Amino acid sequence: MSEHLTEIVIFTVLFLVVSGMGFVASRWRRPDNLASLNEWGLGGRNFGSWVTWFLIGGDLYTAYTFVAVPALLFGAGATGFFAVPYTVVVYPLVFLVLIRLWSVSHVHNLVTPADFVRVRFGSPTLALLVAITGIVATMPYIALQLVGIEAVLKTMGIAGSGFLSDLPLIIAFVILAAYTYQSGLRAPALIAFVKDILIYIVILVAIIYIPAKLGGWEVIFGKAQEKFDKTVPLTDGTILNANNQLQYITLALGSALALFLYPHSITGVLASRNRGVIKRNMSALPAYSLLLGLIALLGYMAIAAGTKPIGTDNNTVVPNLFDQMFPDWFAGVAFAAVGIGALVPAAIMSIAAANLFTRNIYREYFRPDATDAQEASVSKITSLVVKVGAVLFILLIDPQFSIDLQLIGGVIILQTLPSVAIGLYTRWFHKAGLIAGWIAGMGGGMLLLYNIENPAIKHAHFGGSAFQLSKLGLDTKMTIYAGFLALLLNLVVAVLGTWIARALKTPDGVDGTQPDHYFADEGDPRVKDLEVTGST
Amino acid sequence: MLDKSPPRTDRSPWNWLLLVPIAIPLMPFLFNAFEPRLLGFPLFYWLQLAFIILGVTSTTVVYQMTKRREGR
Repeated sequence: MSEHLTEIVIFTVLFLVVSGMGFVASRWRRPDNLASLNEWGLGGRNFGSWVTWFLIGGDLYTAYTFVAVPALLFGAGATGFFAVPYTVVVYPLVFLVLIRLWSVSHVHNLVTPADFVRVRFGSPTLALLVAITGIVATMPYIALQLVGIEAVLKTMGIAGSGFLSDLPLIIAFVILAAYTYQSGLRAPALIAFVKDILIYIVILVAIIYIPAKLGGWEVIFGKAQEKFDKTVPLTDGTILNANNQLQYITLALGSALALFLYPHSITGVLASRNRGVIKRNMSALPAYSLLLGLIALLGYMAIAAGTKPIGTDNNTVVPNLFDQMFPDWFAGVAFAAVGIGALVPAAIMSIAAANLFTRNIYREYFRPDATDAQEASVSKITSLVVKVGAVLFILLIDPQFSIDLQLIGGVIILQTLPSVAIGLYTRWFHKAGLIAGWIAGMGGGMLLLYNIENPAIKHAHFGGSAFQLSKLGLDTKMTIYAGFLALLLNLVVAVLGTWIARALKTPDGVDGTQPDHYFADEGDPRVKDLEVTGST
Repeated sequence: MLDKSPPRTDRSPWNWLLLVPIAIPLMPFLFNAFEPRLLGFPLFYWLQLAFIILGVTSTTVVYQMTKRREGR
């Protein structure tokens, strides 16, 4: 343990400083009271371009991403680089969609994606399905943030073995839970500044310092290719082969479509002050994609440096590489960056999941007349429950299970695309069609994932997201992203279901929105104001 | 005041520009090769990183061209 003492001290100090900021955050831009979801859950809906950039950046590019993406390149090579096209494609893809969502949410005071579905399709059932999907997809994602912290703790030798080995992890999460409870979304927004600056510094140093020590990029890519040439499955390599290209692009596109359907992404978007903030961020957020691309290459640096993971846990490769290459004090800074990097998204995700529960389950089904203060207190408590659940997940169940669940999460969150994203553009779909499509997409997605094996991690089922088209009877070795196929099925069923529902004259829900609600901006009247003045 | 303003819209021909950074990164034949290398990076890596610049440029142009002209 003593050999890591410097690292542990620096890690602990930075961690504590940031935790202090988390508590102080409740006084930042202090509102009259924090007791409403607008304040606790969305930071007053008043974040400008800079805060939003740090917040959404810290939200989307999580600690787990920073640990897992290089681990993918370390293990499988080029396929792991899908994270780059994924995060390039996503911003132009959602550029126009998110501003519509922001506007309609501004007018109707919506907090969650399920809120939107509720008002757009007039269907509590469809909203409930969207809310449950969001919660189920988010839970394992929170658990995975712990995997990020754990990888760092393991490398410093203070987790994973012996009595009380899980204590540091539990302490970290208790602190996180406490300041999220206290400060709401303001806490991760403030902490994100520190987290992102630390990450940028660490990565800039890493991509200059480590290649210089290893003999340059040519050597790094050469050694990586050498490794993949030696291993038995010839499916890996530093570029793609004929069979995994379709998987590569469908995974990139599918992940991009899914990203802003995740409740925590939407929370970040709705917390911004106006449409201009979102548009500016769509241009500025790709700075993080560049960072992610460079981080991904740490996986190859680890190969070139001969770094070995702890046990079979490839997620420890990056922390180990830092430990091996950097002087102790800087390795401590790097570990803190990853550890704090886990706190920001974990906080936002738990807030988002809590808001879904409060708005679309508690308020819809238990207390329709809940006041703002009641909503806020239910959300605060739910955010605690969600985090305890995530900790138990990691401690009691094999972390591999969380990774599998997160994979499933990506597939299932995509199934809300017809209701949420397409719903922002058209009311053509009938609510019954959307519900049928959701069921088909969910069922189909599960079936596809169940039929993916992965000998490398000894899984006969749920072994990854690359589905072999040959299993559908197609004469090809190509693979495709399972979520993409499931979404296509969902859309087909939703269209057919809509036709059938119309033919049978099944009553549809009432659309509570009007066309101009999708263009409203800061300062425009909200629905409550409109009702008061009677101008609708 | 609301009644006087013309109906708002997000429509603009500039929006089509957003399709470029969506389509290009999803065409593996453009980048799935080792050569030409740049600073030791195989094409696969440096070109995909360069697509980030393409994305930023497109979204920035669309934002600037579609900003609502409203004096504050």
